[in-house]
Parts: sequence; C-alpha cells; structure tokens
Amino acid sequence: MPQILVEELSKTYRIAERDPGAMGAVKGLFHRRWRTVEALSGVSFQMDQGELVGLIGPNGAGKSTTIKILSGILEPTSGRCEVDGLTPWRERIRHVARIGVVFGQRTQLWWDLPVIEGFDLLRDIYRVPPDRYAATRDELVALMRLEKLLNQPVRQLSLGQRMRCEIAAALLHEPQLIFLDEPTIGLDAPSKLAVREFVGRLNRERGVTVILTTHDMHDIEALAERVIVIGGGRILADGSFAALRAGVLAERRLFVDFAGNAPEIDLPEVRVVARDGRQTELAFDPRRITAPDLIARIVAAHPVDDIHVEEPLIEEVIARFYDLHGAGES
Amino acid sequence: MTLDAALRPYLSVFSGRFQLMLQYRAAAVAGFITQCWFGVIRILIFAAFYAGGAAHAPMSLANAVTYTWLGQAFLAFLPWNPDPDVADMVRSGAVAYERLRPVDTYAWWYARALGWSLARVAPRAVLMVAFASVLLPLIGLGKWGLPPPPSLDAGGLFALSAVGMVLLSAAITLMLNTVVVATMTDKGAGPLAAALVNTLSGMVLPLAFFPDWLRPWLRAQPIAGLVDIPFSIYFGGLAGWSAAGAIALQFGWVVILALVGRVWLGRSMRRLQVQGG
Repeated sequence: MPQILVEELSKTYRIAERDPGAMGAVKGLFHRRWRTVEALSGVSFQMDQGELVGLIGPNGAGKSTTIKILSGILEPTSGRCEVDGLTPWRERIRHVARIGVVFGQRTQLWWDLPVIEGFDLLRDIYRVPPDRYAATRDELVALMRLEKLLNQPVRQLSLGQRMRCEIAAALLHEPQLIFLDEPTIGLDAPSKLAVREFVGRLNRERGVTVILTTHDMHDIEALAERVIVIGGGRILADGSFAALRAGVLAERRLFVDFAGNAPEIDLPEVRVVARDGRQTELAFDPRRITAPDLIARIVAAHPVDDIHVEEPLIEEVIARFYDLHGAGES
Repeated sequence: MTLDAALRPYLSVFSGRFQLMLQYRAAAVAGFITQCWFGVIRILIFAAFYAGGAAHAPMSLANAVTYTWLGQAFLAFLPWNPDPDVADMVRSGAVAYERLRPVDTYAWWYARALGWSLARVAPRAVLMVAFASVLLPLIGLGKWGLPPPPSLDAGGLFALSAVGMVLLSAAITLMLNTVVVATMTDKGAGPLAAALVNTLSGMVLPLAFFPDWLRPWLRAQPIAGLVDIPFSIYFGGLAGWSAAGAIALQFGWVVILALVGRVWLGRSMRRLQVQGG
C-alpha cells in the first residue's frame, strides 16, 4: 500500500468581494458578494515510502494548499487523502506527531528563545524520550553544523542559519515523512547547496519520504527523481523530469566555433539562432537529427575549433510548460 | 501514553511562558507603580464618598479599601486582550504551525495563557502586598492598607476562589483568542473585552454598589468570578454557604467556558484559511 494516497482532492475558498470606492464599501455592509475560488480541483496521486517528489507550479497553483491538506492544517472540500492509513485532518494529532514540516517563509522556532531552548521545547511537544532526543539532536547539530548557533536567539540568525535550524527542528522527532515548502527561498548559493545536500542524504540514507515544493528548478534537478507539476488546481504532469523535458521542449542547442568566419549553415533540420563572428548557435530537435550526426555533417563541411551541445535551461522548459497549459498566474 | 508524557507539552509551554514573562522586570515595576497610583486615587474617592455620609453603603470603607488593593494587586489577571502571541501568529500565518503540533490546540493555548497571566501577576502582587500590607501599616497608615483576611476560613475560601479566578481568566483569554482566529484580527476583541470585563467584573465599582434588582444577575455572570467573588470572600462579605456557592459558580463557569471555547476554537481553526506561502 502506498504511504500517501490522494484521490480527487478539491478545495474551494470563499472570498468576499466589494466594489471599489466608498460606495462599494457601504454596499458591502448590507450585501456581501462572495466569489468562490477553486484552489484544488480533483488532484490525485500516490507516493511510496522513501520517494522524493518535487511539487512545482506557478504561484497560486495549489502547491501549498496540497501540502497544507496533506499535513493536516486544512480540510479539503471533497476528496480522499490518507497518509500511513490516517486521514490528516480527522486524525490530526496522531498524524502530525509522525511528520515533519518546514515552511520556508515562516518560522517554527521561537524568536526570543535561543535555538537550543526551542529544540528542548520541541522535544517536550513531540514527547521524544530524553536519551533518544539527545542522540538525534547531536547528530543533526553535527550534520547541519549548528554548534555555534545553538545559544543564539533565533531573531539574531541570518536566513541561511535559521533555515538550517528550522530543518533540524522539523526532524528532532525523527519523522519518516517530511514536507518542505520552499525551503531554499531567499537563501544564498552555499546555503542552498547545504540544504539540498542534507535533504538528499536524508532521503537516500534514512529512507525518509520527502515532498518538496520550490520555484528553484535547480533544487528539483538536484533532488527529485519524480516531479509533479500543478497548475490551476490540477495535476498537469507527473513523472521524471527527463520525460517532462522531452515532452515539452525537446530542442537542444549546438554551439560551434569555426576556424574562420562562421559560414552559412543550410540544413533543413536546423535553425540558426545566432551568428556572431566565428561562432554560430544552432537549434535542433534530437528526434529529427541526433547530435553526433549533426556534428559529423558540420565538421565534414567546415574546419571547426570547438563545439558543444547545451540543453535548454530548466527554467525555460518549465516556463514553456506553464504556457502550454495556460497555467501561468492569472 | 503515560499521564506524564501526555502532559509534557502543556507543562513545558506553561513553564516556558512563565519564565519568559518573568524576565520583564521593568514592566513589573512600572505596572506596580501605576497600580499604586490608581489604588491611592480610588481610595481617595471612596474616602470622599464615605465622608459625605454613606450610612447605607453596602460595604464598609475598610472593606472598600481592601477590595481596591486586591484589585490593584491582581489587575493583570483581567483578560483585557487576547494572547498577543496568538494575535501575532494569526496575523503572520504562523498559526499554521500550531496545527502541526501533536497537541490539543485549546489545552495548549490555555497552558500558555496561564503561564502568561501568572508570570505577569506574580511580581506585581508580591510588590503590592509588600506595599499595602507591610509598608503602609509601618508608616502609620494601616487604616488605608490591606489587612489579612479576618479568619482562617475566609483565607482558605479565598485561596480556592483565587484558583477559580486564575482558571476563569485563562478561559476568557481563550475566548478572545478564538475571536481573533475567527475574525483574523485582534482589533475588535481587545477594546470591547476591556470595557465589558472592567464593568462586569466589579473592577470599576464593586458589584455590591449596583442596584438591588441588577445585582443577582451581575453576580451570576461569569466575569464576576474575576474580581467581585474572590475579593468579597477575602474580607468576609461572602462567607459560609454563600461563599461556597459562589466558588462553585466560578468553577462551573470555567467548565462551561472551556467546553464551549474548545468546540468553537476547533470550528474556527477548521475554517481558518491560512493564506499564501
């Protein structure tokens, strides 16, 4: 049986609206107009223990709503959801004792308390046995290099330092399932790398199931074998990132540095993107002509200094995908 | 799960909040000085009132003075506002994390409210008793000070009633917290609550001074248990069975408010739409 089972999950919000201006405000006193917004409409997927899944989509797509329902914070309007056999919002207390959650934009530590006291408080909240707690804490402190931060109040930490502490805090009770909602948002490059490496290890070495939402496609590239793309409250794609790329944007780029001035390239399978001095950038579809074939034909016809193939940027792939599905933020 | 383990989160948040709030020494001293000032003013007003010939006053001047000092000592128990941390959490959306704790949110917030109010009251009450019960008699103003309860019985009943007062205060704070959760703002709950609590508790004027036809209703409503009931028991204005009945009423209200409050908080939490992020 899968660890996470989601079937036809829907969530609608009701939003009060009013006309602009003073008259609108007065009218609103007597007659409220409500608009319903479908945050999720019929989302279904399954996950097994030990998977690491990236949940991506534009702002307002329903990623966070999905995470909030799965973690027991929100109740869906309809649909079924089971995590380890529990329905999160019905058996909230038992459910949340077994999961870890990090919201990158919020903090679960206490601003005024030194980090270590926050950890101790979490030990009590999750009722972790003291010896077990000491072992887990020391391990996390070593892994995330928190030794020097432990006695500082949370408010004095930098964002990167805080995020390392937040992740450690979410793991003190040794959950087998963690939700990371934009854990790398606003972090500098070294902090992002540290977070990525740690999450990857947690998944590989401990078999912890991870659901990760992010707008940083490098997080996805580095970590997720499986990607679920959400847009407009629906699942648009569910599979490996390579498959997603192949389906959306197969095009690749070939950069050729010629020995002399760049010649005219006139091949039916190829489109010239740029030609500047000795360099030419060509776009081609590997399904029509393979990279070795193309290179062989160019090298046979012209003297060449250097040549390399690039895949389109992952951001481009995703932006194209959102466009194709009309999933951009409205 | 053993009882010990079951209670651990609640005891922990209580003591954490208590210790944190105890650190605000400057606030305690400032509060003490303000409350001395207001105590003196109120007593001067009572003195003027009684000097004007108050033969039919419902309590003696000495008792009114006692009532005043007790009110100043325990002022911080009055639930004028929702828990400020809860208001912050609702505003920032961090309240979502509260739902991720494997604890009953009502009991969890109740424990924090208790820690909060006790830590604010403890230092001020100690200072106030030192001032009104020790210092004033020493400088010859004993008539205007806070005497001990007239009997051991009154003292014991007051202790019991004081426990009811503390529990009631937290239960009302939780109601205000729930209003904040339900309305997503702390702008409405605070000012309205302060006005109601000050009047209905007997803080502005002891309930004994209200008209005869109104008094039974005032004594029966829950907020009387915050001020009027415990203080009247202290100086013996309520004694014996009527004191026992009043204490039972206090605890009865605690149970009712907690049961209703817990259901209401649960419903509000389920409706809460944690936006963004």
